[in-house]
Formats: sequence, C-alpha cells, structure tokens
Amino acid sequence: MWEGNEMSEHSQVPDVGRRRFLGMAAGAATASIAPGVVLHTLAEAEPRSEAVTDKVRWGMLIDASKCAEGCDACVRACNDENGISLMEKPEGQSPVKWHQQRPSWIRKVRLKDNLTGQITTLPMLCQHCETPPCVDVCPTGASFKRADGIVMVDRHICIGCRYCMMGCPYNARSFIHENIEPREHLTHTPRGKGCVESCNFCVHRLDYGGTTTACQEACAREGHEAIVFGDLNDAESPVSKALAEVRSRQIREDLQLNTGVRYSGV
Amino acid sequence: MNRAKPLKDLGLALALAGAVSALAGCDEDATPKAIEGSAKAAKLSSCVRPTEFMRHNHMELIKHQRNLTVHQGIRKTDLSLAGCIDCHVQYDARGRAVPVNAEGQFCDKCHDYAAVELTCFQCHAAVPNGPYGQASAERAARSGHRIAALDTESGDVGGQ
Amino acid sequence: MKKISYLEWSVPSPRYWALLGVLALVAGVGVLSAYFMEHDGHWITGMTNLVVWGTPHVFAVFLIVAASGALNVASIGTVFGRTPYKPLARLSSVLAVALLAGGLAVLVLDLGRPDRLIVAMTHYNFKSIFAWNIFLYTGFMAIVLAYLFTQMERKAGGYYKPAGFGAFVWRLILTTGTGSIFGFLVSRQAYDSALMAPWFILMSFAFGMAIFILVLLYTYKEDDRELGDVVLFRLKNVLGLFLAAVLFFTAIYHLTKLYGTKYHGVEDFILLSGGIYTLFFWLGHVLLGGLVPMGIVWHPVLGKNRAWIASAAGLVILGGLMTMYVVIIGAQAYPLQVFPGKTVLDLGYDIGNPGQIAPYVPSLPEFLLGLGGVAIALLITVAGVRMLKLLPESLADAVVDPHVAARSAGK
Repeated sequence: MWEGNEMSEHSQVPDVGRRRFLGMAAGAATASIAPGVVLHTLAEAEPRSEAVTDKVRWGMLIDASKCAEGCDACVRACNDENGISLMEKPEGQSPVKWHQQRPSWIRKVRLKDNLTGQITTLPMLCQHCETPPCVDVCPTGASFKRADGIVMVDRHICIGCRYCMMGCPYNARSFIHENIEPREHLTHTPRGKGCVESCNFCVHRLDYGGTTTACQEACAREGHEAIVFGDLNDAESPVSKALAEVRSRQIREDLQLNTGVRYSGV
Repeated sequence: MNRAKPLKDLGLALALAGAVSALAGCDEDATPKAIEGSAKAAKLSSCVRPTEFMRHNHMELIKHQRNLTVHQGIRKTDLSLAGCIDCHVQYDARGRAVPVNAEGQFCDKCHDYAAVELTCFQCHAAVPNGPYGQASAERAARSGHRIAALDTESGDVGGQ
Repeated sequence: MKKISYLEWSVPSPRYWALLGVLALVAGVGVLSAYFMEHDGHWITGMTNLVVWGTPHVFAVFLIVAASGALNVASIGTVFGRTPYKPLARLSSVLAVALLAGGLAVLVLDLGRPDRLIVAMTHYNFKSIFAWNIFLYTGFMAIVLAYLFTQMERKAGGYYKPAGFGAFVWRLILTTGTGSIFGFLVSRQAYDSALMAPWFILMSFAFGMAIFILVLLYTYKEDDRELGDVVLFRLKNVLGLFLAAVLFFTAIYHLTKLYGTKYHGVEDFILLSGGIYTLFFWLGHVLLGGLVPMGIVWHPVLGKNRAWIASAAGLVILGGLMTMYVVIIGAQAYPLQVFPGKTVLDLGYDIGNPGQIAPYVPSLPEFLLGLGGVAIALLITVAGVRMLKLLPESLADAVVDPHVAARSAGK
C-alpha cells in the first residue's frame, strides 16, 4: 500500500514551488538555499546535545492592536519554514475544501466587537498550554508536552485518530489528508499522510540554538512587531519584557490552561 | 545506381542508430544510476558503530534515537537518521543524490531480502537534507556534486 | 420453566449462503473504501481539519453503543432474574460481540494510520479515555464470550451468574467510556457535559433492543419457528421505556444548556438554525427515533402487530444514526467559542457562511465504510446462529412462561 519503497526513479521537484519560494526567500533576512531549508545566520548553529529541561519555557505575546488587517506575513512565513507551501492541492479537490484540509499552523482571524463594532485581527496558533487538552486525550501519548513547554506530536507513534483535534479548544491541529512525497518536500518538518501536526514554535530552530520563530521574524520584518517570542522563565527575554509592559490575557482563560501564548489588545 | 543503394542504406541505418542512441540517452536521465562507491561510507572503514552490530541492531538505535530527538530535543548525535543518509547515500553521474531507499540502494539491499518494510521514508527525506544533510550538501556542492533539491533550472530533471 | 432446547438456524442452504454472500459483498465494499481512504488519504472524504470525525464515526459509535445495549437482554435474564429473557441470552451475547466487532472495524479502518494498530495496543496514555476504551472494548469481547461459554457449556454453568454480572457491569463501564469520549471534552459547546455518559447508556438500551428485536423477528420468521407474544411484547414494551428515558435525558440536556446564556448559540444551532443538524435532531432523534416508535409500541392495536413492531424498531435504528450524526458531526460543525462577545468575521479557513459553521458533506467512501461495519456485524451474527446453538427451538408462550403452560394444561 505504501509507496515509500517504490522509489526507483528520480522524482520531479516542482519548479513552481521552488521558484515561488525562491522569490519570497529573496526578501527573507535569512539566506535560503532550498525550499524549507534555511541556513541560519546565527553565530551559534549549535545542535543541542543535552536533554531539554524546564529551565526554559518558550512563550509568545501577540499584540492584536499591532496586527495589521490584510497582512498575512506570519502565515506565509510559517508555511514556507515548515514546508506547507510545498504541499499541493490534490487534483480534483475544490480549493475551499483544500484550504480546510491543508495544514494551518497559524491563521489570521478577523473579529468584530458585538457592542462597539471595532475590528480586531490576530494570528491564531497552538497556544502551547501548560495543561494541554490535546495531550490528555491522545490514546498513545503521541501528543505530548516537551520539558521546555512546546506542545507537539510525536509522529512516530501517532495513529491518526484525530481525538486531539476534537479536544483542542483552539482548532490548532491539522491532519495530513494526502500523500506526501518526502523527496519533493525537502523541509525541516518531516510529515507523512495520516498523522496530526501543529505549530511547534519552530523547534528545529530552537534545538540548534535559535531564539526566534519564523512568524515572529516575518512580523518584525514587516514592521508590525505584533509577535514577540522568547523564554518566559527569563525576565530579560523579549517576551518577558513585553509581558511586563502591556496588559495581556490568555484566550479562553476560563479553561485555565495556562497557555504559553498570550494576547493583548483583544 | 547499384553501388549507391548500399551506401544509402548504410546512411539510413547510421541515422537511425544515432536517433535511437539519442533517445536512449534521454532514457538514461529518467532513472539516475548510482555510481557504486560514490557514498561517503564507501571510503570509511566502518559505520558509527561496528558493522556487525549495526547490521543486527540499527533499528534499535534508530528507534531509541528518535525518542531522544523528539522528546528531549537532542540533535547532536552520531546516530541521527539524517547522518545515516548523509553517509550512505550514493550519487549519480550528474552528482544527484539517489534516494537511499531506492531499489538496489543501501537500505533496500538488505530490507528487500529480509522482507521488512521501511516506513521511515514515508515522512523523512531519503536524500541529504537539513542541518546535517545541509552541511553535506554544501560539501558536495563544493566538490562538484549537485543535490537535486538545489537545482534551480528546469529541464535538467529527467522526464517522467 | 420447560427446559429450553437450542437449535442451529436451519433455513435452506442456498438462502443462507446467499445472505452471507450479500453481507460479505457489502463488507468487502466497505473494506475497499477504507483501502482508498488509506491509500489516497482522507482528502477523498468529507472530513477536514474542522470536521475531523465524519460518517464512519457515526456508524462506528452507533454500533459500539448498540453492542453494549444488545447484551441487555441477557443481563435482564441473568442479573435481574426475569425468566422469559433467559432463553434469549445466547443470541444477545453473540449479537453484542458482533455489533462491537463491526463498530471497531470501522473505527480502526478510518484511522489515519491503521498500520499502527500495534502501536495503539502497546503505547498507552491512561489519562485518555480512548486508551481506556481499547481495554474496555477488547475486554468486553472476552468477558461476553466467557459468559456465552458458561451459558452453553453445562459444566461451566456454575459460573453463569458471576459471568453475567461481570458482563453487565463491564458493559455499563464501556458505554460510560464511550459517552465520555465526548463528555470529557471542554473545548466544544455541545460537549463538556457529565450527562453524556448516562445518556449514551440509555441510548444503548434503546438501540441494542431495537436491533435485537429485528434480528429475532427475522431469524424466527425465516426459520418458521414460533416466537410467542409473551417474549416479543415484553421486549417491545421495554423498548418503549428506554426511548422515554432517552428523551428525558435529551430534554434535561437541552433545558440545562438553554438556561445559560453562553450556550444559546449552540442551542440555537441544534434546535433552530442548523439546517441538516436541526432536521436530524427533530425528525431523527425526537420524532422518528423517539416519539413515533414509542407511540407505536404502546398503542393498543399497533403495538400488538408484528409488522408495526418491526417498523418501530427500524425507526429507532434510523433515528439513532441521525442522532449520532448530530452529536458527532453537528458538534464539530458549530464553531468553537474562542472569542465571546465578538463576532468572528473570518476564521482563516475560507468558511463561506457568516456563522462560521464548518461545512461537511458525507462522502461515498465514508458511507460505504460505515455500511461495511454493519455488514460485518450481521455477518458474524448470521454465521453464529447458523453454526452454534444460539436460538431456542421455540419461543412459544407455553415454552417460555410456566403460567401460560399451566393455564393451557389446566384447560
């Protein structure tokens, strides 16, 4: 059934995908060498050799008042960083349905206040809760929270039951609905049909000494700086400083999940 | 007239032969033929662990390492899957990496015989990719090999 | 009570094999659908990142809930000592196992990675009710088969009561686990309720009984065996009782949610403005799956007519599937309430309607897979009654009820 072993011919890497990406990569601050493969200009691209601990807790502050309506730089950056932009709509699928089936790690949400009519836009992503419902409901333990607070899916043991997607209060998770040809999707984020995934705070960067996420970088590049990322346990980190300055809240705070992503201006 | 006919026949035959060999040349591009011994591993005396040990236990190492990487974030290791591919992947005459699990390649040679299905490459790339692979890709680029993923021009990829 | 003698189902061979063939064909088509879903990926189904559980789960949960309910007939005999139910215990046990097998088959075949079933059976997160359900479902099969053994093997007869008690308790825990799959989820407006577990238990009583009645009527009619009114009327009256209990819980569920302003949105969606979900709720759950069959089975004339009783049972099954559609799919279609006090103009999923109701259209592969599960359950049942002594040779009133026998002997 699986085609993984029948690779006896060299596969066509879609030119369109590469060209599209390369065009966008030209505007990227970091040098891009291939779709989804980014050479970090950080001085320390040092792979982690010790087990991750809870000394660090990764978190984010999103200031919705700085989020620009119509801008989707964070979404595009995430899609490129994680190989989502390399995925193609299966032939014959409606574009709308494909939009609801393709991975959405981060998406722009547009709201209107019922009383004042004010419009707010903000990016919605995995909230990296301290007590994640998705981790509670996963039968195999594939959905888990890493010591440093990143909530992610161990796709080696995910059976694709989608219970975590039912349980997530934020619709943060995505299921891979179609065949992936890994050789055509060289990316930091190995993925295959039938498993579930979600934002992992660009863990492939963090594990090599990085301290930024693609979405945060993109937002900063656009000049909005609505997304701030960093170590919540470090009072000097960008996110801790930002949290000290503005009034922030959790989305769906009544669930008391102690999310790692906080919002202000909404 | 009588003597010209054999010449004409010969000319026609040669032209046909040329056309056929040109077509055959196109066919060659469709399936990259790995050059035996082009893998990094070919030049090394042994794997990251003794060869016999690897033959029997590589699956345990891979399984254990994947848990360390995914759950503990450990990336610096000589036991990463990317590292295996980096070393064991072979290249074709045009410097393109041949997928390490393709027919007759490194993984397939034993797995086909042992009839054990490989599921790694349903998700993982079977050519050098990513930080370890990236370093290898750069090295390869510097030494004249090319990695398919880095190709930017169309048309050089075999038609299929 | 007269000693009951059990006999294999003895319809003519061509009939039996034809029936088996049809069921095998439907089951085969279901498995083939699952193959395509697994091979091409779930993009060929109607399921998306917003509606992650679709028609296969409607069928699977229905079958699993019905399975625990089908055992009820045996439990009423063994645990509660009601004599007329005792001859039915064997069929009840096998039907329970068969329905569960069918439901599980659909559930497993719909997984994103069904090839990882071994992983599912070796890696457990015991905070997940799903993980518990794996044990509850397989354990149910084991305990019911053990119970069946005590019923059929004379030497094991001493263990009949403990096995029956064990099976009854297990089945209650199982259905609690199934209802809690949904009840434990805080994220969705339509879930997050302690009512769901007992509600599912009551629904299991109804679904299981309806299926049992239909199987009984069919097998006895085809084999020209006598099925007396004593047995049949008890079953259909109890069915009516269960339906009433289900509707009671439905009423409580909705009244409670209607009281709190924060649930007005989801209640409006289910009860009024939800399109197909509203239709399925009122027409399927309340009317066809509740009030109409209740009216039939308790009607002084219709309730004594076999064709009407069978229709009532059929309606319960249809209504049950429609109920599951609302409970499983409707609850996903209604958007998560992430920003109270705000109207969501765009969720980021290209949803075309202002209410952000997630679109879902059942696809053919999903439906065929679900149907295949039903066929698997019936296949096991048909083969079981044919090969084993599960069906009493006669369920005539005189055989089942000693008082009737005495009355007719006294005449």
